[in-house]
Amino acid sequence: MSDLLAARSQMALSLAFHIIFAVVGIGMPLLMVVAERRWQRTGDPVFLDLAKRWAKGTAILFAVGAVSGTVLSFELGLLWPRFMQFAGPVIGMPFSLEGFAFFTEAIFIGVYLYGWDRIPRQAHLWAGILVAVSGAASGVFVVIANAWMNAPTGFDLVDGAIANVDPIRGMLNPMAFQQTLHMTLASYAATGFAVAGIHAFLLLFDRRNAFHRGALRVALLVGAPAAVLQPLSGDISARAVAEWQPAKLAAMEAHFETGRRVPLVIGGLPDMDKRETRHAIRIPGGLSFLAFHDVNAEVKGLNEFPRRDWPHVPIVHIAFQVMVALGTYLALLGLWTGWLGIRRRELTDVRGYLPAVVLAAPMGFIAIEAGWTVTEVGRQPWVVYGVLRTADAVTPMPGLIVPFLLFTLLYCFLGVIVAWLLYRQIIRSPRPGEWTRTYSPRPLSRA
Amino acid sequence: MPDLSLADVLAGLLALSLNAYVLFGGADFGGGVWDLLAGGPRKARQREVIAHAIGPIWEANHVWLILAIVLSFTCFPPVFARLGTVLHIPLTLMLVGIVLRGSAFTFRTYDDEHDAAQRRWGRIFASASLVTPVLLGVCIGAVASGRVTVPAGGSFGDQFVDPWLTPFAFSVGLLTLALFAFLAAVFLTLESHDPELVEDFRRRALWSGGAVFVTAWAVLLLSLEHAPLLHRGLLASSWAMPLHLATAVTAIAVFAALWYRRYAVARIGVGLQASLIVWGWAVAQYPFLVPPDLTVQSAAAPEVTLRLVLLALAAGAMVLVPSMFYLFRVFKSAPADRSGL
Repeated sequence: MSDLLAARSQMALSLAFHIIFAVVGIGMPLLMVVAERRWQRTGDPVFLDLAKRWAKGTAILFAVGAVSGTVLSFELGLLWPRFMQFAGPVIGMPFSLEGFAFFTEAIFIGVYLYGWDRIPRQAHLWAGILVAVSGAASGVFVVIANAWMNAPTGFDLVDGAIANVDPIRGMLNPMAFQQTLHMTLASYAATGFAVAGIHAFLLLFDRRNAFHRGALRVALLVGAPAAVLQPLSGDISARAVAEWQPAKLAAMEAHFETGRRVPLVIGGLPDMDKRETRHAIRIPGGLSFLAFHDVNAEVKGLNEFPRRDWPHVPIVHIAFQVMVALGTYLALLGLWTGWLGIRRRELTDVRGYLPAVVLAAPMGFIAIEAGWTVTEVGRQPWVVYGVLRTADAVTPMPGLIVPFLLFTLLYCFLGVIVAWLLYRQIIRSPRPGEWTRTYSPRPLSRA
Repeated sequence: MPDLSLADVLAGLLALSLNAYVLFGGADFGGGVWDLLAGGPRKARQREVIAHAIGPIWEANHVWLILAIVLSFTCFPPVFARLGTVLHIPLTLMLVGIVLRGSAFTFRTYDDEHDAAQRRWGRIFASASLVTPVLLGVCIGAVASGRVTVPAGGSFGDQFVDPWLTPFAFSVGLLTLALFAFLAAVFLTLESHDPELVEDFRRRALWSGGAVFVTAWAVLLLSLEHAPLLHRGLLASSWAMPLHLATAVTAIAVFAALWYRRYAVARIGVGLQASLIVWGWAVAQYPFLVPPDLTVQSAAAPEVTLRLVLLALAAGAMVLVPSMFYLFRVFKSAPADRSGL
């Protein structure tokens, strides 16, 4: 394994790990606030219990997200010192702002978690809302920095160094809106359906369990609308990619030959040497329509670009197909959920519905990992698109396989532990003792 | 007084965020050290007080380190690149320590079933608390010694190990550890109403204060040979005498306050003392950020970036200061010996 590949693998692993916790840190606070609000309005103790458990879950995952995020901010320098030296002045701003959003989130998680008996009810709800808002804001800031790597603006290049820096224009880069919208919706959809899926699974064995039914409803309230809106946001993103990163779009779509009325390639295996894609379904004019909303539009193929500027086409194409397929499933499931909701059907009684939600549990997260693979691998061989190559940004330190293996071990260890802890703390039905304590404030033993 | 440039102001804020990390994050690490060294008849209750003191706050404390990182790569990009390259190994090990410590503490806190697993988390948390501050100090010591230079060829060891594997860097590591333990012990005297527990922490504060004294002298002596720039700054410059005088006076005041059990005074004093040590280092190597070549001016990002970062910091502070104040008011108003969980 070359040092460059080791560094890329370590970064990919760290991001793939961190993103799960970052997404949960954006999605869970919303679930917890919705549950608390329901409790305040209905007085149903199930929702109070849910708010408390989800707050605990948020805190555990936030803590892991905080440490894995700290690791990432160091890794930027440990693995890509030349990238940071180059990009820091332009794109450091959103990272500073992210720091503040993160800090605000941490403070109000503390207030929310430990403040149940110490502050007024409304203040407590507002603390939760601040957690949700600052969580979303910190995600937005980080994604803005990534969007800049895809569409770098706000500087001039003079003899290989940056000049005339304009950090505000860097932040308001042409991909910023599209990517942040797509990622924020993804966070709500993935978290909502993951939680809904887990509780739907437990409802399969215990259909009348009030705890899991409440959890399912709140989780769907967050997940379903986001999943339904996501294809629209995907369309906005795809058109921006078509304009700013035509090589990435061509790789996503496994599209080699420039032309008009380009078909949409579904499935198939791209062959980079023969420059063709086999075993695919083709929809005439589909890609032209999706990329430019015109079936006769010209779409640039990979052949327009020198081979050394291509990303790895099969990885990008397959990851993209996976993301779209899973996103479509979630959007359709979201529509079904909405339809059942409008007709006021009891979700647990609709045949086939619970298994469909169980199936959806991991999909949002897989779609997110696949989507980030598209973004990151699709940008290669550039770290800053068209400006700085990844190979020129890596640290000169040799032996990078060692830290890569070290962090792989560390992340495996953490992953197993987190899953086990979440099961013990959050997902399992309340035990009999807990149930009495939570649901009847006065002891019943006097009877 | 020379005119301060915008870059100087931001370098000052960089030092300030490190100062805050030493005070708040440092106390958390120190808490872990005392968890490891808990002993005597009140062992379990000492650990309870420590866990409760760290509980609600610890996630927030990490942000000072992240702020320092962000300030360095935004405002002084060559500094960040240089540190990441030359100090790759100690920084990576420090990161592993931070990850293990933070997650182990969280897992121990939320896993409320008292079993063997929980004790194992406790041990990981405590040992990581011991090792991480040493590594942080080693990195600072390496910078201060002026050995973090552009890798100029040579063997792997010459480029990526020799700059930090020195007696001087490790003496700074030990000073950092002693200082964090001292901070935590003094802070912990105010976290309990139980006079016996308070007495436990007072004794620990006095011992670790002694350790700070000894390691600080070791650093000063070793700097003579290994960190000449720092040594000159600490001894020869015009502000050196007043600084040492102030540090000495606060140190004596902290000991006296501990001796006479005036814990509120001791807390303020120890915070001041730790801050004076951080600022002593910062001022001693000014105008260098990474001696012998990267200065505040030469490493600074373009003016517009610095201005915007300053603006962002001001805006952020307006959100954060009231939030922090609220958090501390809600939780630090009444000490509790029982964990709130």
